[in-house]
Amino acid sequence: MFKKILIANRGEIACRVIKTARKMGIATVAIYSDADRNALHVQMADEAVHIGPPPANQSYIVIGNVMRAIKETGAEAVHPGYGFLSENSKFAEALEEAGVAFIGPPKGAIEAMGDKITSKKIAQDAKVSTVPGYMGLIEDADEAVKISNEIGYPVMIKASAGGGGKGMRIAWNDEEAREGFQSSKNEAASSFGDDRIFIEKFVTQPRHIEIQVLCDNHGNGIYLGERECSIQRRNQKVVEEAPSPFLDEATRKAMGEQAVALAKAVGYSSAGTVEFIVDGQKNFYFLEMNTRLQVEHPVTELITGVDLVEQMIRVADGEKLALAQKDVKLNGWAIENRLYAEDPYRGFLPSIGRLTQYNPPEEVVEPGHIVRNDTGVYDGGEISMYYDPMIAKLCTWAPSREEAIEHMRNALDAFEIEGIGHNLPFLSAVMDHPRFISGDITTAFIAEEYPDGFAGVELPESTLRRIAAACAAMHRVAEIRRTRVSGRMDNHERRVGSDWVVSLQGESFPVTIAADHDGSTVTFEDGTRHRVTGDWTPGKSLADMVVDGEPLVLKVGKISGGFRIRSRGADLKVHVRTSRQTELAALMPEKLPPDTSKMLLCPMPGLIVKVDVEVGQEVQEGQALCTVEAMKMENILRAEKKAIVSKINAGPGDSLAVDDVIMEFE
Amino acid sequence: MKDILQELDNRRDVARKGGGDKRIEAQHGKGKLTARERIELLLDEGSFEEFDMFKTHRCTDFGMEQQKPYGDGVVTGWGTINGRMVYVFSQDFTVFGGSLSETHAEKICKVMDMAVQNGAPVIGLNDSGGARIQEGVASLAGYADVFQRNIMASGVVPQISVIMGPCAGGAVYSPAMTDFIFMVKDTSYMFVTGPDVVKTVTNEVVTAEELGGASTHTKKSSVADGAFENDVEAMAEVRRLVDFLPLNNREKPPVRPFFDAPDRLDESLDTLVPDNPNTPYDMHELILKVADEGDFYEIQADFAKNIVTGFIRIEGQSVGVVANQPMVLAGCLDIDSSRKAARFVRFCDAFEIPILTFVDVPGFLPGTSQEYGGVIKHGAKLLFAYGEATVPKVTVITRKAYGGAYDVMASKHLRGDFNYAWPTAEIAVMGAKGATEIIHRADLGDPDKIAAHTKNYEDRFANPFVAAERGFIDEVIMPHSTRKRVARAFASLRNKKLQNPWKKHDNIPL
Repeated sequence: MFKKILIANRGEIACRVIKTARKMGIATVAIYSDADRNALHVQMADEAVHIGPPPANQSYIVIGNVMRAIKETGAEAVHPGYGFLSENSKFAEALEEAGVAFIGPPKGAIEAMGDKITSKKIAQDAKVSTVPGYMGLIEDADEAVKISNEIGYPVMIKASAGGGGKGMRIAWNDEEAREGFQSSKNEAASSFGDDRIFIEKFVTQPRHIEIQVLCDNHGNGIYLGERECSIQRRNQKVVEEAPSPFLDEATRKAMGEQAVALAKAVGYSSAGTVEFIVDGQKNFYFLEMNTRLQVEHPVTELITGVDLVEQMIRVADGEKLALAQKDVKLNGWAIENRLYAEDPYRGFLPSIGRLTQYNPPEEVVEPGHIVRNDTGVYDGGEISMYYDPMIAKLCTWAPSREEAIEHMRNALDAFEIEGIGHNLPFLSAVMDHPRFISGDITTAFIAEEYPDGFAGVELPESTLRRIAAACAAMHRVAEIRRTRVSGRMDNHERRVGSDWVVSLQGESFPVTIAADHDGSTVTFEDGTRHRVTGDWTPGKSLADMVVDGEPLVLKVGKISGGFRIRSRGADLKVHVRTSRQTELAALMPEKLPPDTSKMLLCPMPGLIVKVDVEVGQEVQEGQALCTVEAMKMENILRAEKKAIVSKINAGPGDSLAVDDVIMEFE
Repeated sequence: MKDILQELDNRRDVARKGGGDKRIEAQHGKGKLTARERIELLLDEGSFEEFDMFKTHRCTDFGMEQQKPYGDGVVTGWGTINGRMVYVFSQDFTVFGGSLSETHAEKICKVMDMAVQNGAPVIGLNDSGGARIQEGVASLAGYADVFQRNIMASGVVPQISVIMGPCAGGAVYSPAMTDFIFMVKDTSYMFVTGPDVVKTVTNEVVTAEELGGASTHTKKSSVADGAFENDVEAMAEVRRLVDFLPLNNREKPPVRPFFDAPDRLDESLDTLVPDNPNTPYDMHELILKVADEGDFYEIQADFAKNIVTGFIRIEGQSVGVVANQPMVLAGCLDIDSSRKAARFVRFCDAFEIPILTFVDVPGFLPGTSQEYGGVIKHGAKLLFAYGEATVPKVTVITRKAYGGAYDVMASKHLRGDFNYAWPTAEIAVMGAKGATEIIHRADLGDPDKIAAHTKNYEDRFANPFVAAERGFIDEVIMPHSTRKRVARAFASLRNKKLQNPWKKHDNIPL
């Protein structure tokens, strides 16, 4: 076995590989750019080599720099992780020349699968199901109808030169095919000056399902089940699970066998992934093969018990696979949620900066319950502008999908990340979405369910009541502590009462609390009771409560006279008051947030470098208004619609915070 | 006999109605609570004891003898906040617009006298149209009587003013002399002369909100120490502030049970100071992570943001925090930040509240506007305040401590008890670049030599060890152990005794 390996990557995947290498007794070498000097993977590795400035094209993907690091440290093998150099055949070649093992497939396989057309051809030759279509020139509408019939409706008629939906038609019958062909051709001619048209099968209700394969250098190959990755936002996977809630055993077997056939056809070794698109009738078609470890590989590891990184290292060392297909048993259900530093309330705008708090849920391995968190950051660490904004991959496992989802909900609730915007509330919302829960998902799930973006979560009354009960109990604890301050008048102390009104999400619940030595019983007006226990004390940012025997994890923040509670994707202002206080609070006017539709707000903390317009000027949609520099990047802010500038509040050199008003319009 | 008792109840009912249902409704319509409703929210439930409920004015001019409402437009008395005694007066806008008469002033003076005598804070809830014009000079005399008591009570008991409606003309000077002024957004304003007079005299057109609203006084004038969304929030936050304050100057600051280990380490602080010395970071993070339970009551949060002031607790005991804020103007000292911090330091010293100072200061802000504005004297206020303070003083230098600003920020030389520095601290006369250009002026034409000199200076001085060698820094500490070290320092200072020489009073450069 290798004595020392180098990980040509950063972030969570570098840390992930280091963990397995350490378990196998292999020494590890990290590489890092200037931006990653204090990164977790550097701290975890036995050795670390600096390889250049922050941009990846000057550090992590410069083959020469990585080769130098290998030479300096005497690493015998390289794990490339994903991204960066992982599917770069030149890198594989350079390693081969240097006599260093590549923990990945042979370079021929990388090359063959790296090209869309070649890979599709190889797949067809290997009898892998591909999207049926006709790539040749189509003469006229009659021919288009004939071809459409051969493929089978629905079909997609596309301009060869097309893009962005232009020159694209979907046809469900002959008539539509005839019409679609003509209009596509016309549109293509006028838009692209190229009227060549091709036709392929239109996949309805598409799901993204991929097969994990594992091959050795001795001609053995197996598949380790599938992963469903249909929850995507703009082709970026967000939630993955294994197995797929959609596949049956026969389809799984067919897909798996085709995937292995493809891998063998290109002489594959190591771990790889064959991606398929699957329609509502469980027809599946090959998309592409990823010749590397996938981001979402942990869900496969959780249901198969196989450490894929370990297998990759063993294969690279020339070992034979210890597993045969019959040894692969899928056990239980695993879900992965990708935590991104993207603010869901601002159209998933990337958010970078210091993690003032990073406190992931405790990792758990117990019967029926696993929580695994793969990350490359730490408390006080940083999300850098130079790299992928992923913070962590949170995975849960349980015997059933339902339980795995419930574990995930609780784990998300317990995940504390402060300092930057992140998609935790969005992930919580997805985990509670009835369509996700039903498993009836397609790659259009996010676009269909959140067409206008994400605006937060309204909790159902049953959840609100549980939170209200917990907050009443917490408030009582906080109030009693307040009365224990020194300097009080003897015999005239304040007594904390038992009747409270809890207000949250526009609703008010009068409750009565009866506390005893292990917890509180909170009685609502309608007589329903909730039993609340928990370890919360004032100041704790996470309340690990149990309400009626079920866990309720709340992130607790301070607001004037109450709590800011975050749970299940909701962000609530909770006030616990006496009935008289509630009555008086009701007299307070509701202050609407200022109308910002006629303002230009600063989208990020930064410095104004230029203002392009002046007061009184009429600006057109898309016109540049000003430039804000943030983290050394110049961002040009443009007019959203035609308007007249009425006021400019900031000038060059001003340093602004998020949402500061830069200018106003009439 | 029963009838007589009933008579008291009847009279109380009348008194409690103030200006009557219609005016109460009008008050609510403006988004404001009544004087009594505010007291209900401010004090512990059922703890209010009223004085002078039936007091009436004595004016007989302009038909005033026809209307003599009970209480005369102000509700006064005492009660408790979390069991601790406070005196309160709350002006009743529903009665003569809360205007101040001779008798109205007498009621306020009575509670102020009792507060000083019995050692408890005074909280004034201001909502008044101004002087009772019908009473003329008697009303002005009333104001002056209140002023004199504000002055005598200053430094004896904490005085808190909340502006919850109009506060104009002479009326502003009573709050002005109290320790803290808070305002309610959109429903309160304060000015010496109102928009109409301003227009007549200076031709300036300005709204009451622009002239003296909460935003003006918290951001521009610094008259107010904070602003709240509405009356309910204002009363809740005043309660929260009172929990930090001693009842009087003879008492130790309050202590309450806490749920945060004093020896809690916070590894994330090790990366708080960025690698690049010119990159800012948010000093609030350090304050929140050192404080018990992350609880910080900021004073003047919106003014002179280059310095942060406010109250935290350590081991349950109140501590005043002063901290340079690198996020704003690089955390430099200037006229506004010096004044803001000086007043805060003097409040803490007057009421025996220990002071924790976090230092990251590149120096004083240069420029004509600063010099013409008298930064010399204003800067001296902070220097003076720190130097005269006899309370426990613990200082932590996180990064820059340059020049005279180093001396000012609670340095060892100003009787700092514990002066700590992080390993990232740079204690020097100025930054390396500036220093090199002066020391090696002759080499200015040679960039290579200058670079070498700069590097040399950095190696020698851009660290805390030169100061530590001289004992100006007691100990260089790890950032992650800051809470533990600071807590132990204050614990060791619980019996600190230090007295300044007798004087009638000092002559701080006002």
